[in-house]
Amino acid sequence: MSAPSDLNIDHIATLARIELTPEEKTKFAAQLGDVLGHIEQLKKIDVTGVEPTAHGFPIYNVWADDIPQPGLPVEVALKNAPAQRNNMVVVPKVVE
Amino acid sequence: MSSELIYQPISQLAEQLASTKISSVELTQAVIARTKAVDSQVKAFNSFDEADALAQARASDERRAAGQARGPLDGIPIGLKDVIAVEGQPLTASSKMLANFVSPYDATVTKKLKNAGAVCWGRLNLDEFAMGSSTENSAFHTTSNPYDLECVPGGSSGGSAAALAAGEAIATLGSDTGGSIRQPAALCNVVGLKPTYGLVSRYGLIAFASSLDQIGPFTRTVEDAAITLGVIAGHDPLDSTSFKADIPDYRAELSKRKGPWKLGIPKEYFGEGLDPEVAAAVEAAIDFYKKQGCEIKPVSLPHTEYGVGVYYIIATAECSSNLSRYDGVRYGHRTANPKDINELYFKSRAEGFGAEVKRRIILGTYVLSSGYYDAYYLRAQKVRTLIRQDFLKAYEEVDAILTPTTPTPAFKKGEKAANPLAMYLSDIYTIGVNLAGLPGLSIPCGFSKSGLPIGLQLIGQPFKEADLLAIAHTYDRAHDWASRHPNL
Repeated sequence: MSAPSDLNIDHIATLARIELTPEEKTKFAAQLGDVLGHIEQLKKIDVTGVEPTAHGFPIYNVWADDIPQPGLPVEVALKNAPAQRNNMVVVPKVVE
Repeated sequence: MSSELIYQPISQLAEQLASTKISSVELTQAVIARTKAVDSQVKAFNSFDEADALAQARASDERRAAGQARGPLDGIPIGLKDVIAVEGQPLTASSKMLANFVSPYDATVTKKLKNAGAVCWGRLNLDEFAMGSSTENSAFHTTSNPYDLECVPGGSSGGSAAALAAGEAIATLGSDTGGSIRQPAALCNVVGLKPTYGLVSRYGLIAFASSLDQIGPFTRTVEDAAITLGVIAGHDPLDSTSFKADIPDYRAELSKRKGPWKLGIPKEYFGEGLDPEVAAAVEAAIDFYKKQGCEIKPVSLPHTEYGVGVYYIIATAECSSNLSRYDGVRYGHRTANPKDINELYFKSRAEGFGAEVKRRIILGTYVLSSGYYDAYYLRAQKVRTLIRQDFLKAYEEVDAILTPTTPTPAFKKGEKAANPLAMYLSDIYTIGVNLAGLPGLSIPCGFSKSGLPIGLQLIGQPFKEADLLAIAHTYDRAHDWASRHPNL
C-alpha cells in the first residue's frame, strides 16, 4: 500500500523538530503508509454518541496542598546538562 | 550450589535467607557469576554495577544479623529495565539520546524495592524508549532468547524477561504499554504481570505513552509476582494518575481465594493467525481449569480487531508529546557545534533517536496535526471507549478472561524488523488490556516442538489483582513449565 497523498513528511518532520535524511523520508513514508492503511479500518465503526477515553482508569481533580517541597539541588539537576556555566544551561544564542 | 540458587523462586530463597542458610552476599555473588558466564550470549544487560550490588547485599546481611530484616525481598537481587530510574546509575532507555545519562533520583518503585531491602541489580536492555516487541530497536544490542539464541526474547522488556529466564536475576521489573511485560514473559517462559493502570506509580519511569504505561514484575512463579507486587503497588502523590486503592496481602490471598471461577474465552483471540501449537497449549490450560470445576464461558470482545489501530494512534500521539523533552538542551544528546537553536533541536533529535522512535514520533505528530486530530486521535479515543466497554460487559458474566499471550512463539531475529506493521500486529492479544487499563498476566503454559516457550494470558478486572493472581496460582502450582531452564 502506498502512502496517503496527504502525509507530507517534510511538514510533519518540521513539526516534530527532527531532521530526516532523504532515505529516511522515503522509507518512513512507505512504512507509515502501511500503518495508516491499517488504521483506515477504524472509519468503519460508528462512534456517534461515544465519549472519548483518555485514560484506562480516569481520575479527576487530583489536588495537592500548596506546600513547598525540596527539589533537586541545582548542581545535581545540572549534572546531565550538555553544557553549563554559572548554574545555568548553555545554549546557542536564541534572540539576535 | 550457585546454579541451584539462581533458579529458585523468591519464596524459597527468602526462607533460606531468614534461616541464614544462605546470605544475600552469596546469592548476589551467584547471580553476578551467572551473569558474567552467560550474558555475552544473552545480552540482557546494558550495564551492571557489581560493587554496588554487593554493597547492597552486605547491608542486607548486616540488617538481618541485627534482627532488622525487612521481609521477603530483603537481600534478593532484582533487575530493573533501563527505563526505571535508580539514583546514581545509568538510565539510557537503550537510546543514544540518553547513552550518558545518570539518574539523579530513584523512581518510586526503586525506592520501594530499596525500602524492602531488595538488591537493585543491573540495567536491563529494551527496545529504544520501550518501542518495539523484540529488543531489536535497542541502540546498543539485541537481546537473545535464552531458549534459542537465534530468536528474539520479545519486547520491549526483553532484557528483563531474558535475564530472569537465564538465571541472571531472581526477579526483574519491566514496563508494559501494549504488552511489553506479558509478551516477553510468554516468549521466555517466565511469569509477567501488568497491573491495573494506576496501581503502581509511574514516577521515575521514562514516559512512552502515559495513559498506557504501567510497571510490573517478572518472576518465576505467581507467588513471587504476588510478593513483588505487594511491595511496588500503592498510591503515590508524585504520580497524579496513581490510584488510592487498598493493597491487600496478595501472597496471603493466593490460598484464601479458591474459586471455582468463571473464565471467559473470547473467540476473537482464537482466530486467524494463531499458531496451532500455541492454540493447543492454551486449550490444554482451559481443560485444566474445567477439571478444577471452573465454568468456562464463551465471551465476545467484538472490537478486538481495531485494537492495534487504536493503539498505534494513541501511543504514538502520546509519545510524540512525551519525547519532545529530548531537545538537546537540558540533558541527553546534543549535536556538536549547532549554528543556532533550531539546528540544535533538529540535529540533536536526528542523531539521538533511532529509526523506530522517529517513525512513531512522526506518526504521532501526524495524527495530532491540524486537520487530522478528529479523524485519527479523537476517533481512536472513542473506539478505545468501545474496547473498554467490551471488557466491562464480559466481566458482568465472568471473573477473568483467558487467552493466548501471543499468536506465535518467539520469532527469529530479523524476521519482522523490516516490516513495522507485521511487528505491531504481533501485539494483538496484549494491546486491549492497556487500552482498557486492566490487569493482565502471562504465565508459562507449554513449549513448541522446537522447544520455544508458550504463554497463557489471564486478564482480570480493574484493581482485582488478588483474584487474578489466585486464578493464575491455581494453574502455576499444578504445572512445572518454569523448571525447564534454557541450555546455556
